[in-house]
Formats: sequence, structure tokens, C-alpha cells
Amino acid sequence: MVHDYSALYQALTKVDGYIYPNEIELNWSILIVLYPYITGLVAGAFILASLERVFKVKALKPTYVLSLLTALSFLLVATMPLISHLGQPQRFYEIMITPHSSSPMAIFGFVYLWYLMVVLLLEIWFDYRKDMVRWANEKKGVMRVVYRILTLGVNDVSPRALKLDEKIGYAITVIGIPSAFLLHGYVGFIFGSIKANPWWSTVLMPVIFLFSAMVSGIALVLFIYMVLTWVRRQKLDFLCLDTVAKYLFYILILDFTLESLDQIHRFYAAEESFEIISLLVSGKLDITLILMQVTIGTLIPLITLGILQFYKPKEQIRKFIYFILSIMVLIGIFFMRWNVVIGGQLFSKSFYGFTSFKLALIGREGFLMASIWIIVPFLILAFLLWLLPPWKKTESDF
Amino acid sequence: MAINKDNTNRRKFLINSGAILGGVFATTLIKPFNAVIFAAEEPKKALPWYGVGIDIEKCIGCGRCANACKNENDVPREPFFFRNWVEQYTIKNDGSIKVESPNGGIDGFKQSVPDEEIFKTFFVPKMCNHCAKSPCEEVCPVGATFRSPEGVVMIDVKYCIGCRYCIQACPYGCRYMHPVKNVADKCTLCYHRLKKGLDPACMANCPTGARIYGDLHDKKSALVKFLKDHNCMVLKPQLNTRPKLYYNALAQEVR
Repeated sequence: MVHDYSALYQALTKVDGYIYPNEIELNWSILIVLYPYITGLVAGAFILASLERVFKVKALKPTYVLSLLTALSFLLVATMPLISHLGQPQRFYEIMITPHSSSPMAIFGFVYLWYLMVVLLLEIWFDYRKDMVRWANEKKGVMRVVYRILTLGVNDVSPRALKLDEKIGYAITVIGIPSAFLLHGYVGFIFGSIKANPWWSTVLMPVIFLFSAMVSGIALVLFIYMVLTWVRRQKLDFLCLDTVAKYLFYILILDFTLESLDQIHRFYAAEESFEIISLLVSGKLDITLILMQVTIGTLIPLITLGILQFYKPKEQIRKFIYFILSIMVLIGIFFMRWNVVIGGQLFSKSFYGFTSFKLALIGREGFLMASIWIIVPFLILAFLLWLLPPWKKTESDF
Repeated sequence: MAINKDNTNRRKFLINSGAILGGVFATTLIKPFNAVIFAAEEPKKALPWYGVGIDIEKCIGCGRCANACKNENDVPREPFFFRNWVEQYTIKNDGSIKVESPNGGIDGFKQSVPDEEIFKTFFVPKMCNHCAKSPCEEVCPVGATFRSPEGVVMIDVKYCIGCRYCIQACPYGCRYMHPVKNVADKCTLCYHRLKKGLDPACMANCPTGARIYGDLHDKKSALVKFLKDHNCMVLKPQLNTRPKLYYNALAQEVR
């Protein structure tokens, strides 16, 4: 097989300063940007759901089930970018059957399965059981069989059984909150534990990942809720919208504070890697970090949401603002992942220079492939909404 | 009334079994962390514990080591994949540092800085440090990277899933993704040659004898003598990876 090294030869001409000769190729590309992005959306959406269930924020009721279904849709895809970027994808199961106990990455499969099986699927199942029993009785033909299978044969809808469902569902959400923290904090640790890379190696990394995950998950549910209400020609629940926006604001403050703290610490401590990281931030990442992540993704939403806490314009205007802000925050967090993953590989571990990165359009690590992994969760969500419509539940607040 | 002695015996038995079971359980809990906590432990067996010594004062930058390594180990010839390369450091009079390694030094070097601007210049051969606490081995999610009992860090190519985490974790840039085999690749200290009693290819081809390897346990080995006779340094000691590649005359600028 003849390999095409033209992209690498191209990159060789763009090397700035000195890099180790093995560092010309970026090892983790857009697929690994998507991995923390998607898992973050999952964790964030779940935590929004738990605000309603565990912390009794009743105004969030319309987004509760939607958050769970969103989390599930994205979680089902979360492993795909990871597996497809492996050099030997057919060996991926080795990570499950022979995990290496000292590797942060080895535990991912287990954290993932725990979250998928124990938390999300169970919670959704307990939440939908009585509705699935009802649908199984109402529907005819294939759908009847489908719902019957989904109930797993547990058809008891006596008040006692429903109360038990409620109790177990609550317990699962309580377990789910630390699990969501674990899922994403852990993803941060995969990067934060790499001492060879000063851009990644910070104890704050898991915490920063966690809060940015919450920010992105809340923004995603806000976005989906608005689009879905528009598609269904329904009226938006503004109390819910304002409450989601309020939580987005609070967590955005925390996220911004933590990330600033991280940067201020780097700047002030000015360790060995300081010069190269200053050049990285001010030069190589000026657009993706300063413009996309900080300005568009953080500062503008933060200031706008802050103003909205005191001054509430008309609903039409608020709706428009929330919609735009949710997209801006989603873009901002995407670029936060980008800056961590790609940014951390642009500079040489010799701290003497930079390599370059150009996103290909096609190919396994290309833009189109990455777009597919972003679109697929929305298709799964559409399917789930068709199969398990939240607005047809017994106590629908949708 | 008679007291049933069996009862106390049974209790003792239960307590003892509980203690044994608990002990076994506790050991299994701690064991996986051995790799993190005790990784620096050297084998107590009679096997050698290999290290490498490089004398920067002897290196003339001919690049034959890098070339020999590529030939010996099926490393792609393109200038992006190296198990072994040479860097040319030039410290200028104004204190600025210039580092170059065109094609890993295989084609030799041309000094690009005019003579009158040079404060000092030297060559630094680079290869895997075969760290005693190797971060690449630690992060491998499937344990495909392993350390041989002699302290040589290697990869099981039939087992590597190609996640590239090890490449990210190596602070020295010594690993790369093999573009044909689609697994991570790195220096093995020519383990296949060592087993036959031959020197690693880079050392066998070095015209000035700038690099040696040897048994760090054997106080009479050439490497131990080298360490005794010179003030040696390792790269990035602050990362506590415990490299076993020791440089004589390593300048502070080298990273």
C-alpha cells in the first residue's frame, strides 16, 4: 500500500521553530475534539434533568424528559469518534477485556457502560414504564409489540407499583449526578494527567471539563427545546426558558472563573513552558481561543445573560436572544475542546516551536466525517422523540 | 453444664478465614496500583537492567545512528518517523537558541548560523529514554506497551489498538504512529540484537563510540564506569520519569 504523505510534507514546510521530528503529525484530530464535546453534552443535559428531579426546580419540568432523551442520543454516539480514530479499530474491545489498570483511558469503557446502562437507560425506562404499558394497550400491530417488548413484561400499573417506579427513578437520578460528574470529570483527567504536556497537565482540567460540560449540555437542551416547540407549533414555556437561562448564567460564571483561574495561574507562575504557551495563546489560537471560545462562546453570552437577570425585554426578543445565545455557547464549548485537544498538540514538547494543523475535508479524520458524528445524535433524538414522545406522557408538561 | 467447645473453635475458624479473605481482597485492591507506586523498582533477579550513556562531546552529527536505526527496524524513510535522531543545538552570542534536525540528521548537518554569531554549538543524539517510570507504559489502555525484565520499554504490536495515548504521554517525542502497521512504534534498544549478543544498530554504527549501553546493576560494566567518570544528566528530570538514558556534557538548553 502506498501512503500519501503530501499533507505531512506540506506541514513540514510550515514548522515554526524546532519540533521533535515525530511531532509533525498531530496524533489527535477532530474526532478527539468531538469525543469530549459529545460526552460533555451528555453530562450537561443529564445534570439539567437532575435539577428538576432531585433539586425540585419545578420550572424545568418541560425539559426534564427532553434532557434525558438528548443525553441518551448523544451518549449512544459518544464512543464512535473514539473507535473510528483508532489505528486498529477492530481491537477496541481489548480495552474492556484486558484493561490496563494504571491507564486513565482504560476505565472509559466501564464509566461509559455504567452511565449508559445503570443511569440513563434505567432512569428513562422507569420514567416511561407506565406510558409504555398504556401505549402497548392503545396501539395496534407492530407498535404494540414494540412497546410490549420495551416494558420488558412489567405491566403492573397499580398505584403501589407506580410509586415504586418513582422512588427507584429518584434514586437513580441521585446516583446519576455523581456519575455524570464522574463521566466528564474523568474525560478531563485523560488530558489533565498527561504531565508531558503543560497545556493539559493541570489539576483543574477535570473540573473545567465538568463545568464546561454543564454549560454545553444546558445550552443544547435550550436549543433543542426551542426548535422542537417551534416544529410542533406549540407555545414556549417562558418560565422554563428563563430558568434554564438563569442556570446557564450561573454555571457559565463558574466555568469562566475556573478557566480564568487556570490561565492566570499559568501566567503568574510562568513556569518553564510559559514562553511557548504565551505564543500559543496569542498567536496560534488567536481565532479559536480569543475570538470563538472566549468572546463568542463566553463573554457575550455571560454579559447578555447577566443583563437579562435584571432587565427582561419582551418575550419575542428574549426568545430570539436565548436562541442565538444557545448556539453561541455551543460553538464556544466546541472550540474550548478544540483549543484543548488541538492546541495542546500544536507546540512541541521541546518548547522550541510549533507544528501546524489543517483540517481535511474528507477522510476518516475529516470535516465531513466529524459532521456526521454531530448529526447522527440528532437523528437518534428524532427517532426517540417519535418512539417515546414526551408530550404524550400521562403527566405531560410539554 | 457442658460448654460446646466446638462453637468457639468454629468462631476462631470464621475469624481466621475472614482475616485471610480480607487480606487477599485488600492485596488485590492494592496490586493494580503497583504499576504507579512501585514502577521504579528494579528486578531483584540476576537479569541485567539496561541503561544507555551518550557522550555529547564525542558526537560529530554524522547521523549514521539514525540511518542505521531506520534500516534495522523497518522505520519508514519519510522524515516524520524516527526511533532515533540527532539534534544540532546552536547557542548564539545574543543568548538565543537555534535547534535543527533536518531529516533527523540522517543527511548530515549544515550550520545555518554564521560563525561570528555562534557562542557554542553541539549535537544531541535522541532516542527512547527507557524510563524506569515510563509514562507511555503507564497510560497504555490495554497494556500493549510493557517493560521487559531488563528494563527495555517495548510495544506488543499484535495487541496495540493504535489510540496514540502513549505518543501524547512521552515527554521526549520518542514515539510515532507507524503509518503502515497502524500501531505505535518506538526504540526497542534493538532487543532482537541484544538477545543475540549484538550491540544496538545505532551503537554498532557510531564511528566515535559516542553511545554505549550496559547493565546498571553490574558495577564493572562500561556504562557504570561511564557514569562514574562523567557528570551525567538525564532529560527533563523534573517529570520524574526516571530516564535510563544518561548524557555526558548535557547543556541546560537541551530539552
